[in-house]
Amino acid sequence: MGIKEYCFKKSLWVFHIAASPCNNCDIEILDCLTPRYDIERFGMLLTGSIKHADVLLVTGMVNKKAKKRVKELYDQVPKPCVVVAVGTCPSSGILFKESYNFAGPLDKVIPVDVYIPGCPPKPEAIIAGIVKFLNKK
Amino acid sequence: MIKTIIHFLVFPGFLFLSVAGGFVSWFDRKITARVHFRKGPPLLQPFYDFIKLLAKETLIPKNSSPGLFLLAPVISFTATILAGILIILPAFGIESGFQGDLIVIIYLLMIPAISLIFGALASGNPLSSLGASREIKLLISYELPFLLTLLALVIRTDMSIKIQEIISEQKLFGPFIGSFSGALGFIVMMMCVQAKLALVPFDLAEAETEIVAGAYTEYSGTPLALFKITRYMLFFIMPSFVVILFLGGFDFKGWNIILSIGKVLLIALLITLVRNTNPRVKIKAAMKFFLVWMNLFAILSVILAVLKY
Ligand code: SF4
Repeated sequence: MGIKEYCFKKSLWVFHIAASPCNNCDIEILDCLTPRYDIERFGMLLTGSIKHADVLLVTGMVNKKAKKRVKELYDQVPKPCVVVAVGTCPSSGILFKESYNFAGPLDKVIPVDVYIPGCPPKPEAIIAGIVKFLNKK
Repeated sequence: MIKTIIHFLVFPGFLFLSVAGGFVSWFDRKITARVHFRKGPPLLQPFYDFIKLLAKETLIPKNSSPGLFLLAPVISFTATILAGILIILPAFGIESGFQGDLIVIIYLLMIPAISLIFGALASGNPLSSLGASREIKLLISYELPFLLTLLALVIRTDMSIKIQEIISEQKLFGPFIGSFSGALGFIVMMMCVQAKLALVPFDLAEAETEIVAGAYTEYSGTPLALFKITRYMLFFIMPSFVVILFLGGFDFKGWNIILSIGKVLLIALLITLVRNTNPRVKIKAAMKFFLVWMNLFAILSVILAVLKY
């Protein structure tokens, strides 16, 4: 493992895309920033600008309107980047999959690196998912 | 010639400034985390951030003017190193050898803000230009009290505009902060430093929660890394500047080394605590704060300095 990858893993800046979630997953993501879970221990920060992002956290079933935006945002991220699908929604669509404006699970829109199932997943599960992915590569 | 290059690149130039600055900005993040009852990042975090940004792709926005957009971080980086050298050399007792380096430092310290404004305006992003406009207004308001406090110090040192003489004056008669004019000036200076470092309550130019990342919005990869390292270096340079001007400078004999490092960390701690206990102000309130109150304090400090208090 080169120094580049090592530093990349140690300093992940997270950009949060809400692709029409029910808002529950987003709250769990915010929980990760609280003193109890504190993901800054691993050097992770929440950024506001897509140009600074290393990780795209996507929540929610991707609907027809969000699809275009998610694609656009993916094109704007400076590579290398990691895409994480938080919740069961972006992985399969669960109870929304029969819905009239469901535009396919996330991996039909952009390539996904990590799936974190759960409705919503616990903050521990989100952290564990990302850490597992980082240890794998 | 060789000596100049070493001064620029190794000590007290790029290498020393960035390592020290990285440490101080880690200190700032750690204290912030402790204030929030969090654990905070590891010691090498600033280093990881910098290397990661260097390794990332650099995107140039379609509507930008690429030349200025890419030049701005380089200019601010270089100017910061030069300012750092001029401030740190006399602090270590090495003769930098020209009269009036205080004036040059004032100009060099202004350049990071100005190049940030240029870069933001060149990027063609509406949020960036909003950030730039705020930075301009902030620059206009904090520059005057900053200059007035320096004027008070210059009056105290018999009209000398050389950093080394300001230090030796304090070595003879005790640090300036011990007098009325010095204490007032110190308060004003701390507020100006807060604004120069673009920290809460004066981080209007990059207010993450309202205008994404403000002036930095369109930057990615290497240019962003240069801006980051400029920020790190400034985080070391500004506290040491305050230490030199008000707290009697550095001393490197025996145990005094710890005292000198402690002084810089104390100033950094003050800055961090102010940033963690205050909300962001609106631009109008910030301008009023500097143009009315801080100017008043600074003028008072000048008058006291003339009266030799
Ligand atoms: S996975 Fe569940 S909690 Fe998360 S957005 Fe979907 S429905 Fe809501």
